[in-house]
Amino acid sequence: MKLVEHFKEGLGGPICLTWELTYACNLACEHCLSSSGRRDPRELSTDECKAVIDELQRMQVFYVNIGGGEPTVRPDFWELLDYAVDHGVGVKFSTNGVRLTPDRAKQLAATDYVDVQISIDGATREVNDHVRGPGSYDMAIRAMDNLAAAGFTGFKISVVMTRQNVDQLDEFQAIADAYGAQLRITRLRPSGRGADVWDELHPTQAQQLQLYNWLVAHGEDVLTGDSFFHLNALGSTPLPGLNLCGAGRVVCLIDPVGDVYACPFAIHDAFLAGNVLSTGGFEHVWRHSELFTELRQPQSGGACTSCSAYDSCQGGCMAAKFFTGLPLDGPDPECVKGKAEPALELVGAGSTPRPDKDHSRTAGRTQAPVSLGMPTPRAAVPDRACDTSPLAGLQADTERTF
Amino acid sequence: MPERPYRLSPDVSLRPEPFGALVYDYATRRLSFLKTPMLVAVVRELANQPDVPTTLDAAGVPDGEHARYLDALAGLAEAGTIQPR
Repeated sequence: MKLVEHFKEGLGGPICLTWELTYACNLACEHCLSSSGRRDPRELSTDECKAVIDELQRMQVFYVNIGGGEPTVRPDFWELLDYAVDHGVGVKFSTNGVRLTPDRAKQLAATDYVDVQISIDGATREVNDHVRGPGSYDMAIRAMDNLAAAGFTGFKISVVMTRQNVDQLDEFQAIADAYGAQLRITRLRPSGRGADVWDELHPTQAQQLQLYNWLVAHGEDVLTGDSFFHLNALGSTPLPGLNLCGAGRVVCLIDPVGDVYACPFAIHDAFLAGNVLSTGGFEHVWRHSELFTELRQPQSGGACTSCSAYDSCQGGCMAAKFFTGLPLDGPDPECVKGKAEPALELVGAGSTPRPDKDHSRTAGRTQAPVSLGMPTPRAAVPDRACDTSPLAGLQADTERTF
Repeated sequence: MPERPYRLSPDVSLRPEPFGALVYDYATRRLSFLKTPMLVAVVRELANQPDVPTTLDAAGVPDGEHARYLDALAGLAEAGTIQPR
């Protein structure tokens, strides 16, 4: 049996666990996956977080991807970071850079098992700030400068690909090269506030081909969190990665209140498996929850089964389908064979599942939109600076040893 | 390689899984896999035996499989998963 078939049946623990530490965020990105902004008053306490880390250590979850919200705005963030590392749980955290002062950068450079991922969504201030808000580009660059000055190389620069920044791929690579950093690009999802801007921001069909060709040319030097496997039907060269939806099988998400979801891009009751505070904790949810058990059963390709490309794209992304109102066993909304259009036409207005966990700061817009001279995304309010990537860091050489 | 004593690298942890084990190298942050339970047994046994052939016997690897396992171990040594001691 091939390794990937084992993965489909689930493992003793996740390979890649995303942990959103807080919904609080200083930014208000238009496409925030988790509709972040305000802190949830039920947020796990410091002690509860440490208990989760203890459990991850017992389950030998070797590292977690920490995000938010903006995780560094938690007052106990640095304490939890040290606690995780001291307990054999490596950390990669995503940040917009707000707290990465020169001193923190030095501290991070001196800590083993910690990786940092800075989010920007434009290679220029103009394109970035349009989506992430005024000042966010300068803040991220300052954080990168601080890391570089502290001698921290190899950090990640994480970019969500949009219609406005696909043309900047080479510029993103140049920024990463200049810092000795590694570029990571991931797919825009219609999750959280991303549902509001999906139609304006998701790449065109022509851009998907451009993106695929760029990824093929750059190979494993660029990280993708395995998020573009739906593009594999565009050519004969498979993109590095598992080509697998890992939801509930090898990845999952713990949210700030301890709820466990199958996928980092699907914070919705339909994908809620349990809570780490319940009896049996995270381990019980991972191994025995009804939802995860179901996701580990053989999945039907449904309407896609007869398509010649099904083996290469596996029907695409569950979260993208769900939040655009498509059946989970049908084509991805960005199906490169164009098979989603007829299905999307049948999705009635108002029948798309709405993100049901909104932490946006609704007290009113705190920032003026930055004009790009392009159609402005629908008035969305504050959000967060996050991006998460399932299977990040997972090597493509899974078939190497035996 | 075969005549020397080996061990699992101190930077590496193994997590048992139905197919074998997940391998995580804390130093390089690389994740890889051992795809048979017998290879996991061999890797764990290395530290207890004076050399590689003895390890293969102790872990119960059939004679006909030795060459294949030696290849696998050479790959693991190159990746830093196992190292001479």
